[in-house]
Amino acid sequence: MKIAVLSGKGGTGKTLVSVNLASVSEGSCYIDCDVEEPNGHLFFKPEKIEQEAITVKIPVVDQDRCTGCRACVDFCAFNALAYIKDQLLVFEEICHSCGGCVLVCPEDALSEKDKAIGSIERGISEDVFVHTGIMNTGEVSGIPIVDRLLEEIALESERDIFIDGPPGTACIVMETIKGADFCLLVAEPTLFGAHNLQMVHELVALMEKPFGVILNKCQEGENLSEIYAMEHGIPIIGRIPFDEKLGLINSNGEIVSRVDEGYEQLFASLLKATRKAAAV
Amino acid sequence: MKQLLILSGKGGTGKTTVASAFIHLAEAKTYADCDVDAPNLHLITGEKKAPLKEDFFALPLASIDPDLCIACGICYEHCRFHSILPKEVYTVDPFACEGCGVCAFVCPVEAVTMVPDAAGQLMLYKEEDRVFSTAQLKMGKGTSGLLVAEVKKRMREGAVEKEFAIIDGSPGIGCPVIASLSGVDMVLIVAEPSISGMSDMERVIDTAMKFGVKIAVCVNKYDVNQETTEKIEDFCQKQNLHFVGLIPFDKEAVRSINEGKTIVETDCPSGQAVKAIYEKTMDLLLEKED
Repeated sequence: MKIAVLSGKGGTGKTLVSVNLASVSEGSCYIDCDVEEPNGHLFFKPEKIEQEAITVKIPVVDQDRCTGCRACVDFCAFNALAYIKDQLLVFEEICHSCGGCVLVCPEDALSEKDKAIGSIERGISEDVFVHTGIMNTGEVSGIPIVDRLLEEIALESERDIFIDGPPGTACIVMETIKGADFCLLVAEPTLFGAHNLQMVHELVALMEKPFGVILNKCQEGENLSEIYAMEHGIPIIGRIPFDEKLGLINSNGEIVSRVDEGYEQLFASLLKATRKAAAV
Repeated sequence: MKQLLILSGKGGTGKTTVASAFIHLAEAKTYADCDVDAPNLHLITGEKKAPLKEDFFALPLASIDPDLCIACGICYEHCRFHSILPKEVYTVDPFACEGCGVCAFVCPVEAVTMVPDAAGQLMLYKEEDRVFSTAQLKMGKGTSGLLVAEVKKRMREGAVEKEFAIIDGSPGIGCPVIASLSGVDMVLIVAEPSISGMSDMERVIDTAMKFGVKIAVCVNKYDVNQETTEKIEDFCQKQNLHFVGLIPFDKEAVRSINEGKTIVETDCPSGQAVKAIYEKTMDLLLEKED
């Protein structure tokens, strides 16, 4: 079973839910696709870490061969090349690594080099495999890192996989959903939370994946996400209460289901409900 | 025009809550929401009139004419974005295509054309001298950086009051954040006292520093974990960042937001705290450069 944990809005508890479900599920695999701000490893503190650098291709100019014809400059849809003062310049930060400039150059003046944009760290925490994608700061897109993680997800068939998704509904989230059997949405009770639940709901519906919602930070008073879920027939998998003790444990980077019996039971029941919903 | 951008790294720390409070306190006439992936600011700024809407076209995307395609597979081999789907005739996954045009270049039978693609919707609220620029990226689109740049451009062009502007940012450190950082004078980071919040804050500060902007930090829900709050304060001191204050956890804040009111329109502890942070931040934003 491959479960993607998502939310339109950040900070609703994606990492809390995915880390704890992975913890209570026997011999599972936790994959952090929130490569801009990966946090699951701060909880799991995995050991025996192996690191793989993730690179993209960036053009390199042979200025001796370049005749200044500007075919590459004209071709580049991202304006990552410019010919200024008899020199061809490459703006690496905005290059999308499509390889087009190398193809169009009539003089073979362009080749490609590898540029590291981040890494994947693989380690173990108790019986959980922990894979973390980490984008370098200053980089624009972590998609190649997510793509590499998704290759791993596709190959893993033995273990249950819990994918901690990036926030939002952009292309990177869509990539993440493609690899999952079931999408678990995490929503908080506020006006903002309900609005963002609506967005991620539209996204999973568009992707035609089965889904359900966990309502986090539930407290007395109106829960606008719950109202949205009921009105739109989104299966409610379960609820996590607003609880200062949980907040403190979680903010200290501890896995609450490993240190608190009550929460171990809560997440075990959420896992069971998720499995049941995913099996339908 | 001095531009203040509100960021956090981690999502859900209270960017929009703080931004909306600042807009209310400053009676800001010029503001924008650059969180085009999940915009929320318009839910709380109480705009009375409907916005002017306009489709946003980013790069045209590839489309393969099935009648012309000979299924040779050359486009498939050359596409770096896994966006060509090999079937009997080849098709393009519009969500994966980045519009680079390589497939159109390599196709031997000219079966590929690049067609315009509406990647989002720009919205501009204008009322007398008030201008609020925001946008919504379409599901699954990857051009958020370009859309953010357009949101900011429209804010600047539409601005009547040009002393300062307040911009709500997006979570993370990637493309939309980098696009929102370009050209701003100051960044206020709303941090959260957790291990995750601190890690994310450090990564967004690292990103913002590459732009050489003035950086200030405040901590929201500081009393949830006092120890980590102190660590954040220490970090800011060591890094020579402006530390502008603490906001307590406050159940009233949720209630106020759910009623569609900014937290400074309700008499509550978090609202009081934000007022003090607002004063300090605006002094830093508007101070004369030495």
